Amino acid sequence: MHRRGVGAGAIAKKKLAEAKYKERGTVLAEDQIAQMSKQLETFKTHLEEFASKHKQEIRKNSQFRVQFQEMCATIGVDPLASGKGFWSEMLGVGDFYYELGVQIIEVCLALKHRNGGLIKLDELHYRVLKGRGKFAQDVSQDDLVRAIKKLKAMGNGFGMIPVGGSYLVQSVPAELNMDHTVVLQLAEKKGYVTVSEIRDSLKWERERACHVLDHLLKEGLAWLDSQAVEEPQYWLPALFSELLSRDITPEEANQMTP
Amino acid sequence: MDRFVWTNGLLEMDETLVIQQRGVRLYDGEDKAKLDVGVVLLSTHRLLWRDQKNNECCICIPLSQVIFFEEQAAGIGKSAKIVIHLHPVPENKEPGPYQQSKYSYIKLSFKEHGQIEFYRRLTEEMTQKRWENTPVSQPIPTGVGTKAGRTRAVGIVGIERKLEEKRKETDKNISEAFEDLSKLMEKAKEMVEVSKSIANKIKDKQGDITEDETIRFKSYLLSMGIANPVTRETHGSGTQYHIQLARQLGDILQAPLEERGGMMALTEVYCLVNRARGMELLSPEDLVNACKMFESLKLPLRLRVFDSGVMVVQLQSHSEEEMIASALDNVSDKGSLTAEEFAKLLGLSVLLSKERLLLAEKMGHLCRDDSVEGLRFYPNLF
Repeated sequence: MHRRGVGAGAIAKKKLAEAKYKERGTVLAEDQIAQMSKQLETFKTHLEEFASKHKQEIRKNSQFRVQFQEMCATIGVDPLASGKGFWSEMLGVGDFYYELGVQIIEVCLALKHRNGGLIKLDELHYRVLKGRGKFAQDVSQDDLVRAIKKLKAMGNGFGMIPVGGSYLVQSVPAELNMDHTVVLQLAEKKGYVTVSEIRDSLKWERERACHVLDHLLKEGLAWLDSQAVEEPQYWLPALFSELLSRDITPEEANQMTP
Repeated sequence: MDRFVWTNGLLEMDETLVIQQRGVRLYDGEDKAKLDVGVVLLSTHRLLWRDQKNNECCICIPLSQVIFFEEQAAGIGKSAKIVIHLHPVPENKEPGPYQQSKYSYIKLSFKEHGQIEFYRRLTEEMTQKRWENTPVSQPIPTGVGTKAGRTRAVGIVGIERKLEEKRKETDKNISEAFEDLSKLMEKAKEMVEVSKSIANKIKDKQGDITEDETIRFKSYLLSMGIANPVTRETHGSGTQYHIQLARQLGDILQAPLEERGGMMALTEVYCLVNRARGMELLSPEDLVNACKMFESLKLPLRLRVFDSGVMVVQLQSHSEEEMIASALDNVSDKGSLTAEEFAKLLGLSVLLSKERLLLAEKMGHLCRDDSVEGLRFYPNLF
């Protein structure tokens, strides 16, 4: 008896499907993938050309970087998704931002015990610039923000809270909801806040204010000055600018390198 | 601020750009200037400022107008500044943003830092006074009627023509970069369209995709930096590259993990690995995608996500029970422990020791005392 293999039936079915699709004029996915390979090679060439002319521009000119990033975002491309991506390999954008990521993590780690894992973007920028040294490539705050956005992929609660026209960068997984954020914003001007101020400005009840302040204390984000003249003051180290002058101590530096 | 004049922002022939810094706001004496934040540029001849949002708005002042300058340190909520004291307004000054001012000094406020470098370069230029050696063409004063004046006018026309050509060239260079960028983005957009089309077809099953083709497609998406929502559910975001990476990590991380009690936060791993590489660094997503493959590749490491969202890499040999048992031992030994104390005891980071205590608590072995003084763990006697 002539044995019809399963294989033959499957192949026949496939051929039928192909014919049907071709009739409708649509290209099959696998054909498109094969074609894409060629298109990708062409694109790579264009990118190489661009890189040979303008690679320096990206490295040196932060305005150009912003423009580049925004255009990528508009068309739906993430140039920083992978170190193996064309953008990273040929334009060198990857290494710039990934290294910045390392520097950001290290600064945050070193200062965590001082500020509980919350730091002003200004201070972070300042310290990162300092750490990079005089001869390194200058970085703008926009660069930092983009690097931080990428760090979010690794868990660990990297986030940014809008405060006083700039941002607070959070580097610990502490839960901070709208109430906490609003109190942080209130404290921004003086670096501290009291229960009365919260009740006056936000019209909250005492309990709600205390609840939020207790949480900030527990997370190590706030310090309590119970000896303040009128009433206890809750200070947020993240908002101190005097700390800018205090360098990172050797013990803290040890925290930086794993 | 009344010393500034409008300019097209292009450099003269012998003028070189020394340094520029964005995020700078100008002050007319003590008052904020009625301008937005912009880029300040220092050349060998001038100090220029351009509005960041509106590049047409550009002003400058010759360095010869500067008497002296000094730094003003940053304060609470205030950026660092450079204060620049200026000579009085010259008679034949061209129009500028301010007709008059009661101040004889301006300030540059560095909202995005960079003041240290800028101050240094300004000092250098003011010392060297390079503009004295190579004066740029001045506008011809009106009313030049003598013969000598006419001869000079002819010579200057030649210079001006050269300057005009140079301006066009610079103009071209600046816009060429952006033009090239736009063209490149158009081509990238085409690639995005193609991959969307393929992804849709895979979803609608228009065609039979083999395993091989799927792998290839994913590597194409990786190269272009395009997210792949379709295949992610079935195959994950990993590609050949990530498989390789996972194996490398399996080797590199053995020793560091053992030194640290079998567990490291992903951010620690990121720093460790990238510091070692020096170049061709891993992106955060590369690391995560590689770690996700540990299990399927049967490597002795695991990626683990705690309830808090903290992600760690953990040696498989360090079992959960062992960790919890050791946590309980330590806490019982000392009566009670906070995360900081536990961290010191084990030589671990505070973050990870907290996670271990939380885990032991979750399993019912420890209970907490949560007060404003901190979070302390006790053996669970209930």
